[in-house]
Amino acid sequence: MQEIKRKYVVPGDLIADGNVRPVSNAVRIGDKIFATRIGIAEVSREGARVIPLSGVYIPKVGDLVIGKIIDHSAMAWEVNIYSCFPGHLPAQDVFGREFSSARDDMTAKFRVGDMIACKIAAFDRSRDPLLTVADKDLGKIAKGEIVRISPTRVPRLIGKRGSMIQTIEQSTKCGIIIGQNGITVVSGPAADGVLLAVKAIKMVEEEAHTANLTQRVKDMLQSETGEKIEQIDQ
Amino acid sequence: MKRLSKLINEQGIRTDGRKIDELRPIKIEVGVLKNADGSAYIEFGKNKIIVAVYGPKEVHPKHMALPDRSVLRCRYHMSPFSVQERKNPAPSRREIEISKVTREALEPALMLDDYPRTAIDVYIEVLQADGGSRCTGIAAASVALADAGINMRDMVAACAAGKVDDTIVLDINDEEDKEGKADMPIAYLPNLNQVSLMQVDGILSKEEYGKCLDTAIEGCKKVYQLQKEALMKKYFGDEVDVGGSE
Repeated sequence: MQEIKRKYVVPGDLIADGNVRPVSNAVRIGDKIFATRIGIAEVSREGARVIPLSGVYIPKVGDLVIGKIIDHSAMAWEVNIYSCFPGHLPAQDVFGREFSSARDDMTAKFRVGDMIACKIAAFDRSRDPLLTVADKDLGKIAKGEIVRISPTRVPRLIGKRGSMIQTIEQSTKCGIIIGQNGITVVSGPAADGVLLAVKAIKMVEEEAHTANLTQRVKDMLQSETGEKIEQIDQ
Repeated sequence: MKRLSKLINEQGIRTDGRKIDELRPIKIEVGVLKNADGSAYIEFGKNKIIVAVYGPKEVHPKHMALPDRSVLRCRYHMSPFSVQERKNPAPSRREIEISKVTREALEPALMLDDYPRTAIDVYIEVLQADGGSRCTGIAAASVALADAGINMRDMVAACAAGKVDDTIVLDINDEEDKEGKADMPIAYLPNLNQVSLMQVDGILSKEEYGKCLDTAIEGCKKVYQLQKEALMKKYFGDEVDVGGSE
């Protein structure tokens, strides 16, 4: 197997020459591939791509996001998903096919200001993202502490096969929902645990680019809770 | 008023002690503003400029939005205290022009069609001006745009060259701009080898024109190295790891 080459790049840096496919955050100009973002460039058999280190959230179909209800019309809620596009959640998605704007009271389900967990059902260049709450664990978020992090740090917060987030959840005994748009909700039985989880999330955001972060987060959590964290199977 | 002393002495040293092909000292800092999506602060000689970038974001008013690409909006503004006599903070004819040429200098580098129906705002605030502030503003704006994570084909470096006492010099300062014979600000995409801004003020012969352009491009390449260093320092520091679920 071909070895994956990694390199730190800024926009305009040459990543690859010749017959390589630009996968993400890379552009082909002539027969050269250039980076278009600040980040870590990888060239593998699939092509050249850059893992970005900065940027706002751009919706993608299937992403779990956490948003805030900002308004509703007769047929749909408007949801702020902390992106450059507002999300639309149709009332039919919540009430079912028989929804009637005359009969059903939309505020009975979601009010302006409510936080919801939802998925992006449809999105393309010409339309604003269409949301859905028709899936397991989606819908209104009743309680919890909201922490906003950069969307580019979300993969790091989840960690390899969820290792980072499992570590934090286990040692603080909290439940954490992570939206791909960088909004996370921490909820748990004890206030101390929630605060510790928030501290750990902030730590991951600030030190996302550094090595051996999972271990350092573990050490921090251990010294705070005084408990040994079980090894998580990789 | 006629100057009594020369702008370049016999040893080829300019009024501020530089050689003819030397840039003023440059310092670039990335991510200086917490509330903006991207920001940069630049010191280019005595120029001090701060740039904030917001976006891509929703367009207000909505009718300004373009269906196939993002709208780039630039505002070059000089603070009242940026020059010796207080400057009226209302946008002047000059500032409106520089806002326009800045936008046009940045547009070729940005991949605006990646963000349809959105807007990107660039605010260039001159805190202290010392000649060549449009180039300085463009160079800082490019760094701030990269910091904001907007897709770019290339960085935009900018630098001026000009004619002083019949000699082509790099990076003219305020005094040389006023007393000198020509001024040529250039914005340059270093990896694509393209010029995205060129203005000329003054009279140059054909040979001087070519030499002036080459000198300015060489200056842009030096500015580019500093832009790159500033971004690398902010994002990668010393130790770096590649992790995450991807």
